[in-house]
Amino acid sequence: MNASGETIIEVGHLVRKFGDRAVLDDISFNVHRGDTLVIMGGSGCGKSTLLRHMIGSMKPNSGSVKLFGEEVTGMSEREIERVRLRFGMLFQSGALLASLTVGENVALPLLQHTDKSPDQIEEIVKQKLQMVGLTGFEDLRPDEISGGMKKRVGLARALALDPELLFSDEPTSGLDPIMTAVVDELTLSLPKGTHMTAVVVSHDMTSAFRIATRMIMLGHGSIVAQGTPDEIRNSPNPEVQQFIHGKPDGPIPLNLSQDEHKDHQLVRPRPFLGGRFRFHHKRT
Amino acid sequence: MVFIGVRAAPMVALTAFSVGVTLAMQAAHSLESLGAQIYIPDLVMLTLLREMGPVLIAVIVIGRSGSAVAAELGTMKVSEEIEALEVMAINPVQYLVVPRVFAMLVMLPALTVFGNYVGILGGWAVCRFALDFNTAGYVLRALESADTWDLYSGMIKSVVFAWIIITISCNAGLNVEGGAEGVGQSTTASVVESLLAMLVMNAILTGIFFFSA
Repeated sequence: MNASGETIIEVGHLVRKFGDRAVLDDISFNVHRGDTLVIMGGSGCGKSTLLRHMIGSMKPNSGSVKLFGEEVTGMSEREIERVRLRFGMLFQSGALLASLTVGENVALPLLQHTDKSPDQIEEIVKQKLQMVGLTGFEDLRPDEISGGMKKRVGLARALALDPELLFSDEPTSGLDPIMTAVVDELTLSLPKGTHMTAVVVSHDMTSAFRIATRMIMLGHGSIVAQGTPDEIRNSPNPEVQQFIHGKPDGPIPLNLSQDEHKDHQLVRPRPFLGGRFRFHHKRT
Repeated sequence: MVFIGVRAAPMVALTAFSVGVTLAMQAAHSLESLGAQIYIPDLVMLTLLREMGPVLIAVIVIGRSGSAVAAELGTMKVSEEIEALEVMAINPVQYLVVPRVFAMLVMLPALTVFGNYVGILGGWAVCRFALDFNTAGYVLRALESADTWDLYSGMIKSVVFAWIIITISCNAGLNVEGGAEGVGQSTTASVVESLLAMLVMNAILTGIFFFSA
């Protein structure tokens, strides 16, 4: 644990409701520089919603999210863009632009946000792709590579601007065990070299314990447990034990009632451009 | 992006040519009974420049490009690509919408001019080969009948149509919700809405240009 470092993310009393149901109910935690925080929890527990609040794409009902000491919840699009230049994000599916090649995808943030020459950009793209083990894939299109490769390209793109902070949403789901280890190793090596901070949403326990310096477990919209991996592993909380050992029986219910299921259906990310293009957007 | 226009050209040509031919044949039939066959070029020319040109070509572009834009942006939305752009601090409106709007605003009027030419060519083909016109007569008559305002009014219409089509399509695409099905629904909605909006707007513009003065 690296509690002495500077605080990069401060989440305070975050509340987000969909209808009457609080998906995030009074969440508070801090992340310090150099930490790798793993957020875990069952499907529909609010992990992704929490992540979307941290990157400023969803607004909470109340509470605050501070990135690099700046409050992002009340920011305008332009202000958020400035903060977003300082972090990278790896999406679950990679979210590569299908109309661009692998190389162009990685180059995109560099082209948009730096004055580097085409030669310099090509060099950086090569280096980032090599880092994720995809040398020579520059000219392929996203639909010509596998899901795991897309994810790695997504990681290369997230790191293109050498961010101080990396968010990743299920970085290892859908990868084979070897590739999982490679991605984990990559995530591990990043903070050491660059003092980068990482926030990883995951329910892959092997991977989570391998990379985390701190862990948070979410359940029913609130924090069930948090601490170092050792603290979590030895937690007396039966919910935590059930989750990390993947047991079918325990305090976490297996079956959802119909109402609960409907609530889960509501927990979809708000449309991104909802503010500007509201014509077709049905409010729930 | 500019292929909104170039690849649509053959289809536009065929449509416009058929319309020119049809107009000329209908005109020949009706005007013959009045002994006014000499006015066939006038009719073809004015109908094409003022109404049929802008409207028909807008219809083609709605079906071809408007739907494609809606489907493409919708798919990007569904596959988190738009979200990814935002997180990379790239404004999706600037990056995705602006070039498409620009392409549409340039290409639809360009296609309309091209379509008008081809349509007039169709009218000429009927007059030259089926009726007793010679080429020079047709061209002279056609040029005499139309003035520049006829061309410009059609151009103004097509610019307005371009704006309507691309705003509706982009809006539909960016508001897709709920996976592949949502993409399909939005695409359909964008075509239907663009068509209706375009036709209503055409009536309004014709009213302003040719009825009020």
